[in-house]
Amino acid sequence: MKRTIPVLIASIAGLVLIIAHFVPPAQSWGDEVNTWFQILAAFAFFLGGGSLLKMHLKRISDQQEGWGFSAVTLLAFGITLIVGIFKLGVLPSETYPTKPWSGEYLGDGGALWWIYQYLFTPLNATMFALLAFFISSAAFRAFRAKNTEAMILLVTATIVLVGRTYAGAFLTEGFNPHWQLAAIIDEWFMSVFNTAGARAIKIGIALGVVSTSLKVLIGTDRSYLGSEE
Amino acid sequence: MTLLKEGQIDRRWIYLAMLCAVGLPILLQLTFPEIPSPKVLDVFDAVDKLPEGSRILMACDFDPASAGELEPMMSAFVRHCGTKNHKLIFLALWPQGAPVIKSNIVILNKEFPEYEYGKDYVNLGYQPGNEVVLKVLVTDFKKQCSTDVDGTSTSTLPLTRDLTKIQQLSLVISVSTGNPGTTEWVQYVASPFGMPMVAGTTAVQAPSLYAYIPRQLISVLGGIKGAAEYEQAIIDHYPTMGENNGAREGLRRMGPQLLGHLLIVMLIVVGNVLYFSQKEKGVGA
Amino acid sequence: MKNRQYWRTWARAICLIGCLLVKNGSYVTFAQDMANIEPLSPPAPPSQVVAKDAPNDTGTSLVVMWVLSPDDRDEFLPRRVIGYDILRKTSESGEYVSVGEQTYQKNRFTDTKCERGKAYWYQVVAIGPSGERSEGVATPTPTGPEPQWIDGSRLWFGFELSIVCAAVLYYIGRANKGDHFTIRHIPGLDAVDEAVGRATEMGRPCLFVPGIQDINDIQTVAGVTILSRVAGLTAQYDAPLEVPTSRSLVMTTARETVQASYLAAGRPDAYREDNIYYLTDEQFGYVAGVTGSMMREKPAACFYFGAFYAESLILAETGNSIGAIQVAGTAESSQLPFFVAACDYTLIGEEFFAASAYLSKQPAQLGSLKGQDFGKLCGAGLIAIGCLLATTISISEFPMIKTALDYLKNNVLGDGGLLP
Repeated sequence: MKRTIPVLIASIAGLVLIIAHFVPPAQSWGDEVNTWFQILAAFAFFLGGGSLLKMHLKRISDQQEGWGFSAVTLLAFGITLIVGIFKLGVLPSETYPTKPWSGEYLGDGGALWWIYQYLFTPLNATMFALLAFFISSAAFRAFRAKNTEAMILLVTATIVLVGRTYAGAFLTEGFNPHWQLAAIIDEWFMSVFNTAGARAIKIGIALGVVSTSLKVLIGTDRSYLGSEE
Repeated sequence: MTLLKEGQIDRRWIYLAMLCAVGLPILLQLTFPEIPSPKVLDVFDAVDKLPEGSRILMACDFDPASAGELEPMMSAFVRHCGTKNHKLIFLALWPQGAPVIKSNIVILNKEFPEYEYGKDYVNLGYQPGNEVVLKVLVTDFKKQCSTDVDGTSTSTLPLTRDLTKIQQLSLVISVSTGNPGTTEWVQYVASPFGMPMVAGTTAVQAPSLYAYIPRQLISVLGGIKGAAEYEQAIIDHYPTMGENNGAREGLRRMGPQLLGHLLIVMLIVVGNVLYFSQKEKGVGA
Repeated sequence: MKNRQYWRTWARAICLIGCLLVKNGSYVTFAQDMANIEPLSPPAPPSQVVAKDAPNDTGTSLVVMWVLSPDDRDEFLPRRVIGYDILRKTSESGEYVSVGEQTYQKNRFTDTKCERGKAYWYQVVAIGPSGERSEGVATPTPTGPEPQWIDGSRLWFGFELSIVCAAVLYYIGRANKGDHFTIRHIPGLDAVDEAVGRATEMGRPCLFVPGIQDINDIQTVAGVTILSRVAGLTAQYDAPLEVPTSRSLVMTTARETVQASYLAAGRPDAYREDNIYYLTDEQFGYVAGVTGSMMREKPAACFYFGAFYAESLILAETGNSIGAIQVAGTAESSQLPFFVAACDYTLIGEEFFAASAYLSKQPAQLGSLKGQDFGKLCGAGLIAIGCLLATTISISEFPMIKTALDYLKNNVLGDGGLLP
C-alpha cells in the first residue's frame, strides 16, 4: 500500500498531463496538476528547513569539529528569514502608498535588498568565478594526446579556444583581409560537428526520458521509491 | 609550493597564472576589436527588423553568479529595443532575476527618458513555478500574471491590457543560464506555438541550444563573446551608441577572456610536453 | 510713394494668380495639398474583414483577419496607419466595443475572450498617427467559437510518441514472457561496485549528489534510482553514505529510497537518516556546502547522477583534488565535457537512463531498452529520408519531392497537423 498509492498518484498525474497536451478542453487539468505540485513543493520547504535546523543545531550542541560554521549558517538563515518575511526597511509601493507592507521584498534600500546586493551577489559571483580556475586545471590534465581520439579533441579544443577571441583573428589575418577565418572555422566546428553530436545525444536522451517516464507511469520501475518490486 | 610534483604542475601555480591572465587585462583595461558573426547578426536582425513599437517579452532567468557573462548581453538587448522604441515586458523565472530586471529598468529610464511605465514597459517581476509558469502563460496570461511587480493589475496597464496569451507578442528574448531557462522557453512557448525567439546564454550552455536553430530558435548569443559582438553590431548600426560607455561592457570583458584562453592553450601544450617527456622516461602518465 | 504702393499691390495680385495657375489653376487643390502636409483626414479603411474559429483550442477564441488599409504601407513615412482597433458586438443591434489593438502591417488578431455558444460580430478600424479613425469595416456574418477535442497540430507528435511507447510496452511484454535481451557493457556502472568497495577498504565515506533539480525532473528520478543501488552496496559493505540535496522533496524521496535499500540488504540498523540532508535550493550555496564537506571528510567515492549545470566542474574538480574515484551521469549535454574531463567514468545521456535497467537486470526493464532502440531506429529512418529528399531537391527541383519534404518538415516533424 505504501508503494501502490504513490505509483497511482504518479500515474494519474502523468496521464492527465499527457491528455492535457493533446486535448484542448483538458488543458486546465494540466494547469491544475502543476499547481498541486507547486503547493506540495512549497510545503516541502518546511521539511528542508527543519532538516537544516536539526542538522546544524545537533552539530552545535555536540560541539562537533567546525561547529562554528553551523552557527554562522543558522545565524544567516535566521536573519534572512526575518528580514524577508517582515520586509524590514522596504518602502510601500507607489500604487498603495498607505499600505506599509505593499512594497517589493527586494525594494531598493530594504534590508533584504542590502543582503542581496552586498552579500549574496558577490558570494555567488565568487563561486561562479571559481570555474575559471577549475577549467584551467581540468584542461591541463584532460587534454593529453594519448590516442587519436584524444588528439582530435585536443586540436579541436585549441582551435575553438583561439577562434573565440581576438587571437584567432590576429593569427589568421594574413589569410583573409576581413580577418574572420578563425571565427569561421570555429563557427563551422560548433555548427556542424558539435550540433550534429548534440542532436544525436539529445535524441537518445529524449527516448530515454520517454522510456523512463513510461516505466514510472505504468509502475514497472519503482526503484525511485526504494523498492525493486 | 614546488612547481613540479611527480611530473605534474602543482595546481596552485595554475590558479595563480589564471588569476594574472584574467586580472591584468582588467587592470590595464585592454580591449580588442570584434566583428559580429552571422549568428549574432541573426539575433540583431530579429530585434532590429521588427516594426517600431513591437511588443517583446524579456525573460531574465539568471542570477548574479552568471551576471558577469549575461548582464552585458541583457543591457545590450534593452538598449537595442530602446533604440527601436519596442515595448518591453520583463519577467523572471528565477527569484534572483528580479533585481537584474530592476537594474536594466534603471538603464531604460536613464538612457530612454521617453519610456513610460505601463505604456512602454512593464515589470512582471519574479514568477514562481519554473516551467509551469510558461505552460500557464500560453493558455491564460492574466491567470499567471494578474498584477505587475507593484501589485497593479495587468488589465489596467495599457501594454498588457489586451494580452490574453503571450503568443500575441512579437518576440521572446530569453537571457538565461540554466533551468528554467531558454530550453524551457523553446520547449513550452517558441516551439509549440511557433513564436519567434532569440536567446542569450552562457558560453557553456550555448552549444546545447544550437540544435534548436533556426526552426525553434532564431539564433543565440553565446557568452561574453556573443555579447561583445552584439554590442559591436549595435554600434555599427547606431554609431551614437558607441559613445555610451555602458554599451561597451561586453567588449571590455573580452580582454580577460583572450588572455584566459591563451593561458589554457599554453597549459594544454605544457601538459602534453610533460606527458611525452614522462612517457619517454618510461614513467607513464 | 503712392505710385509705388499701387504697383506693389498689383504685383502681389499677379503673383497670387500665377501661383494658382501653376497649381492646376485651382485654389482647392492647393488647399488639399496643405491638408496633406498636416494630415487631418482619417486613413483608408481595411477591407475583407472575416472572423474564423481559432483552431486547436477549447472554443474560447476567434481569429479576425483583414486586408491591410491601402494607407498601411512601409514606404509612407511618417506612417499614415499606426494600428488597427478591433471592435466586437454580441448581438446584431448591439454596440461595438473595443476588444484589442493590433500594430500596423499586421492583419490578424486573436480574440481569446469569447464564450462557447455565442455569436460575435467584428469591426476593424484603421488608426492614423493622431488618432484619426477610418470607417469601420464589419464582418459580413456573425461567427461563433467551436471547441476542438483533439489538438490537430499535435497529431503527428502523438502518433510518433505512441509508436515509441507501444514499442517499449511490447518489448516489456516479451521480456515478461521470457525473451532474453542483452545489454552492452557500461563501464561507468560497473565502476560503482569498485568505487564503493574502495571506499570501504579506505574506511572513508561515499558521497552521492542527485543533481540540483526537483523530483519532477526525470533526471532526478533516474539519479534516485541509481542511489537505491549505491545504497544497497554501501549497506552491504558497511560504508557510510552521505547524500546532500538541494531540494526538500528530493531529500524526503532519497531518505525513503536509502532506507528501503538498507532494509532490503538486511542492515536497517546501519541506516542513518541524518546523512541524507537538505542544504539549500540556491545553486552555488549548495555547491559551497557540498565541496566544503568534501574537503573536510574526503570521501573516497563520489557519485554525481542527476541534472547539473555550472556546478558540475566545481564538484568534479574538488573531487579530483581529494583523490576520490568519481562516477557521473547526466542528460545535460552542456555539462558532459566537464564530467568527462574531471571524472573517472561518465554516463552520457541515454546511458544514464539505462542505468536502472542495467543495474537491476530485471527482464522488464531490459525490455524497455529494446523499445527505446526501436524508437532510435525510427528516428534514424526519418533523418535518412529527410536527408535523401533534401539532397534530391538540391540536385533537381522535383515538385513532388519538394511537397514531400515540406510535409515531412512542417507536418510530420512540425505542427502542421495531418493534412498538408
